[in-house]
Amino acid sequence: MLFRLKNILPIVAAGALMAAPAAFAAPAKPDAVTAPQLETIVKQKDATTADHSKFKELQRNFKTGPEVTQACLTCHTEAAKQVQHTKHWTWESLDPKTGQMRGKKNIINNYCTSPISNEKDCMACHAGYGWKDNSFDFTVQKNVDCLICHDTTGTYRKLPGYAGHPVYKRVEFPPKSGKFVEPADLKKVAQNIGLPSRSNCGSCHFFGAGANGAKHGDLDSSLQHPGKYLDVHMNEKGLNFTCVTCHATTGHVVSGSRYNVAAAVRGPAHIRGKKDESPAACQSCHSDKPHHESLLNQHTDKLACQTCHIPQYARDGIGTEASWDWSQATVMGPDGKPTASKDSAGRRKFDTKKGTWEWDSYVIPEYRWYNGVSTYKVIGDKIDPTKTVQINEVGGSPNDPDSRIWPTKVHRGKQPYDKVNNYLTVQHTAGEDATALWHNFDWKKAIGTGMKAAGLKFSGEYGFVDTEMTWPITHMVAPKHDALSCAQCHSKHGRLEGIEGVYLPSRDGSKWLDMAGWTLVLLSLIGVLVHGTLRIYTSKNKGH
Amino acid sequence: MNTANRRIYLYSRYERFWHWSQAALVILMMISGFEVHGSYNLLGFGNAVNLHTVSAWTLLTLWAFTIFWQFTTDEWRQYIPTLKKVDAMVRYYAFGIFRNAPNPFQKTAAKKHNPLQRLAYLALLSMVSPIIWGSGLFYLFYSSWKSLGVDAYLSLEAVAFIHTAGAFMMLIFFIAHVYLTTTGHTPTAHIKTMVTGWEEVD
Repeated sequence: MLFRLKNILPIVAAGALMAAPAAFAAPAKPDAVTAPQLETIVKQKDATTADHSKFKELQRNFKTGPEVTQACLTCHTEAAKQVQHTKHWTWESLDPKTGQMRGKKNIINNYCTSPISNEKDCMACHAGYGWKDNSFDFTVQKNVDCLICHDTTGTYRKLPGYAGHPVYKRVEFPPKSGKFVEPADLKKVAQNIGLPSRSNCGSCHFFGAGANGAKHGDLDSSLQHPGKYLDVHMNEKGLNFTCVTCHATTGHVVSGSRYNVAAAVRGPAHIRGKKDESPAACQSCHSDKPHHESLLNQHTDKLACQTCHIPQYARDGIGTEASWDWSQATVMGPDGKPTASKDSAGRRKFDTKKGTWEWDSYVIPEYRWYNGVSTYKVIGDKIDPTKTVQINEVGGSPNDPDSRIWPTKVHRGKQPYDKVNNYLTVQHTAGEDATALWHNFDWKKAIGTGMKAAGLKFSGEYGFVDTEMTWPITHMVAPKHDALSCAQCHSKHGRLEGIEGVYLPSRDGSKWLDMAGWTLVLLSLIGVLVHGTLRIYTSKNKGH
Repeated sequence: MNTANRRIYLYSRYERFWHWSQAALVILMMISGFEVHGSYNLLGFGNAVNLHTVSAWTLLTLWAFTIFWQFTTDEWRQYIPTLKKVDAMVRYYAFGIFRNAPNPFQKTAAKKHNPLQRLAYLALLSMVSPIIWGSGLFYLFYSSWKSLGVDAYLSLEAVAFIHTAGAFMMLIFFIAHVYLTTTGHTPTAHIKTMVTGWEEVD
């Protein structure tokens, strides 16, 4: 968490300055008719019909974030209500098939585990102000944070420890580091709002699990200024997509979510005027038959586009976390004090507060049949500690017409659980109080406080259990020449080696037919050789 | 005696063109097909698939012309099977050929194929071809199974199995066919005939 904000500031600022003019620079052709029109829409700033710096409501000094929101709401009367219906506000997601409530509020993942009892830190990534414990009122409109998504100045920052508020006065951050964070000029920020850029979304989504690239693997700060190799759509010198180009948003509901993935979109591309959903899926623009070669189009009934077109994820030096072992947390350094270390690439490797991590770059995905819906272990669900616990199980099967083979990141964890009640525990990690793990390094106390906040019984006995979490991979789409080639799957030990329920020419094939066929071929060869040899031998004898 | 040098014109220009282009296509399809099947790596899977598909369509086109040719020239009658002298041919290949006995079948322009050959070609046309082309076309039109309403009855696995079985039959035919070209009065006599069209007869 500390790492992320420290790193993003210069990037955010540079991104905001550069993104707009670069956007249309490349395709502007010297065409007499269209050139003037193009120029008028080049810059987002020029394209907007409202200059927010001219609004009286914003021509004043703001002391707090909620004050700004109140000003926004004087014109955008419905905006807060809209946001309050989204995951960005509720941190909940309903499974339409099972009715299960998922989302950060309800699950325990195998990264930071759970925000419960740690809200003051975690809510730095909540699109709101003041969620510091269970008492947070989700109906108060002024507590919606407009600026975290709409700031274009790159100066608006939310630090852990402030329950979602930005800092309002100069603070030393991280504490005792000698570095200081200045409060943002909220007036300036409010007057310079705009559509979310890659920096806005990235300020949280690139840094999930508290470090650059740690969580997703297909999202990290390299997507601020990506080249074509990393992402063919976001390529800064090419199409220069922002996140919301694909994650098209209506009424603040951002399309696309790993909780409900449009895993098997069929039909033609979505065009203007068509009144239907346009999911954040490749097919929305490309259709389900995007290739010139029909043979390749045949693959789309079994494969997600991502399977071939994201040959590896974390295709950069930043990388992503492959595993997080919480059982190593609280282990002190040789001097008996908390310690931390980094790997050769400068990524976190060990921290007395959090345990050990393993990182990887250019990762080959693990492939799964997937229908877009994952079933999660929610807080309080029983586990079998003798087995690796699946935090989520991706739904789908080969025979399901709505399933496709998807690339996934599988994150391996080792995390605490209640040995008597057999469920994963919620722990109070962040904070300066006596039970916070990162302060007192006492698991039992930390779990005790966490479980109390989550409303669950804690037996007092805890252990560590292996867990796995499966993440569909969908970002970092490679240029077509970097897509998988045929033989990477169509071979005996290819990418899809473990995938069952589909016949792959070259990988599969009847063993006994091969045996019988080649035996008969061999016998035929022996037959003609023997016949021929006999002919040569007998004709020579006749010669005498 | 000049009778040994008597020549008859057996294979017309089109027939020879058909034979050799078909031979080339079948060889290409076997090479690429067994690679697609996973028997070896040679061209690369993608290239093998493309070559196999292009060869298949080329061969089908060639056949469209050839079927037309067969009927306009009445040459299709060459493939009417007969059991006459089949036993003599079997005895010749099993014994006579080693004793320099005369071939019991004499080629004429009206009867180019010996009775065993006719049976072999009949088997090829009525069994191996339908197996390969039937399964091959289903393979090729995999994406249309649903719209054709056959997706409930077919699996790619079964289609591939039948197609591969047909391929093995074709390969075995190919081995026997190539070997039997060496059984003329000289080892290359039959091949020469297939190239020039002219057969030397006793």
